[in-house]
Amino acid sequence: MSKRVVILGGGTGGTLSANRLRRLCPVGDVEIVVVDQNDAHIYQPGLLFVPFGLAHADEIVRSRADQLHKGIEFRQNPVDHVDTESDSVYLEGGTVLEYDVLVVATGSVLVEEETEGLTGPGWMEKAFTFYDPVGAVALHEALEYFEGGRVVVNVVDMPIKCPVAPLEFCFLADWFFQQQGVRDRVELTYVTPLDGAFTKPVAAAKLAGLLEEKGVALVTEFNTGEVDGSGGRLVSYDGREVGFDLAVVVPLHGGATYVSRSPGLGDELGFVPVDAHSLQSAAKPNVFAIGDAAGVPTSKAGSVTHFEGEVLVENIRRFLAGEPLDGSYDGHANCFIETGFGKALLIDFNYDVEPVSGHFPAAVGLPLLKESRLNHLGKLMFQPLYWHSLLPGHNLPGVGSAMPTRGKDNEQVS
Amino acid sequence: MTVVTYAGTAVTVNDEGFFEDPTQWTEAMAPEIARTEDIGELTEPHWQVIKFMRAEYAAKGTGPTVRILGKTSGVSVKELYQLFPKGPAKVAAKIAGIPKPRGCI
Repeated sequence: MSKRVVILGGGTGGTLSANRLRRLCPVGDVEIVVVDQNDAHIYQPGLLFVPFGLAHADEIVRSRADQLHKGIEFRQNPVDHVDTESDSVYLEGGTVLEYDVLVVATGSVLVEEETEGLTGPGWMEKAFTFYDPVGAVALHEALEYFEGGRVVVNVVDMPIKCPVAPLEFCFLADWFFQQQGVRDRVELTYVTPLDGAFTKPVAAAKLAGLLEEKGVALVTEFNTGEVDGSGGRLVSYDGREVGFDLAVVVPLHGGATYVSRSPGLGDELGFVPVDAHSLQSAAKPNVFAIGDAAGVPTSKAGSVTHFEGEVLVENIRRFLAGEPLDGSYDGHANCFIETGFGKALLIDFNYDVEPVSGHFPAAVGLPLLKESRLNHLGKLMFQPLYWHSLLPGHNLPGVGSAMPTRGKDNEQVS
Repeated sequence: MTVVTYAGTAVTVNDEGFFEDPTQWTEAMAPEIARTEDIGELTEPHWQVIKFMRAEYAAKGTGPTVRILGKTSGVSVKELYQLFPKGPAKVAAKIAGIPKPRGCI
């Protein structure tokens, strides 16, 4: 009898896992069902470019169903909840899907309403986010007509998707306002809850240096309690204020809402706690999670999801065959950081090793932790690779799941 | 690493003053640590948070972040800042004798 694998979410993790699994397991042995509430697959790294007119929102969205290989069933339906006791997914509308293996790949959602005032007066007029297409487009219009004043880029609290994106936004804003000829009339400030520009010390120092070089002020340990859109100020819980004429806010993130309605599945924020190496749920051995939905101690980023995919699919195959899981995900993440003027940095790290300088993936390769035009081209080249190699589940040449150490200046590694 | 004395007992703390070994902590030390953080008197709500931090650390191996504290401790984030004005997660962790919360990456 064939087994059924139900994958909740048709984004990066759900799609590449389904496609890899389809190639690995014969159709007669394993039935694969992907469930998503809509059919819009967004290339999320593209959202960063929309506010600056460097990408259009409709260019970065494709059909979810079209990215899935033949032999994978796609169901467009919201999920009501999961019952891990009976191995069943309850869809809205009453359909029940039983599974042998469940993969939670529904990413994270923005919870703007958790921050006082954020969606109140001034939202989408003076306070924006570029973390969804509607916000990114609205922000593009606001930036085009911005003639000067105080611009703040604010991360409310971690975790967020792509923790480097708000920094990239600052760098690109510096470039954009120079192009517009108004940079001397714009005061740029980056306001973060962290105690530095970034979480990892070596990269944080490098990125703080870049902010300074580009004239972006840095406010740290700012826990945003309120965004007062009409008054134009961010207010922290400890009573500090940062004034703005235009605010770019990265809202709080949580897991998909059905996770909280599913007994035992998620944590306080709706993310699914899994073993950091095998990606198997603590709640039930036939439940796995991948990507932003998974509660593992690394960045919520597409590269993480990509590297997790290889391990996840092999572990599902092993689980279905009754073999022990090999559990080899090392926390590998790899991020291009756009720094403006056609340049970018590249960082590469895992659970144990922080980003350092050197070259990726070996001594001859892209420069790490250093601005270069090559990295910018790498970032641009990644979009077609995403649709045509990564989602279909092909290995990218020279880029494997495990973090490479060749080519790195390892004396910086503590 | 530094050795400091709280409630008459020597304990090891790191450069930022967080306990290296949470088992060295006793309730009697909490008021003294609190004074180093400019908190005059530990009230009942302070203790509620401190005990919650200890329990979370015992269960999960790390203290909760402010946002998770606000969702799960029974004390709202606003009240948490009134109790621990310099930052609830960090200061309460220090007073509770557990390492600095790792937070999220």
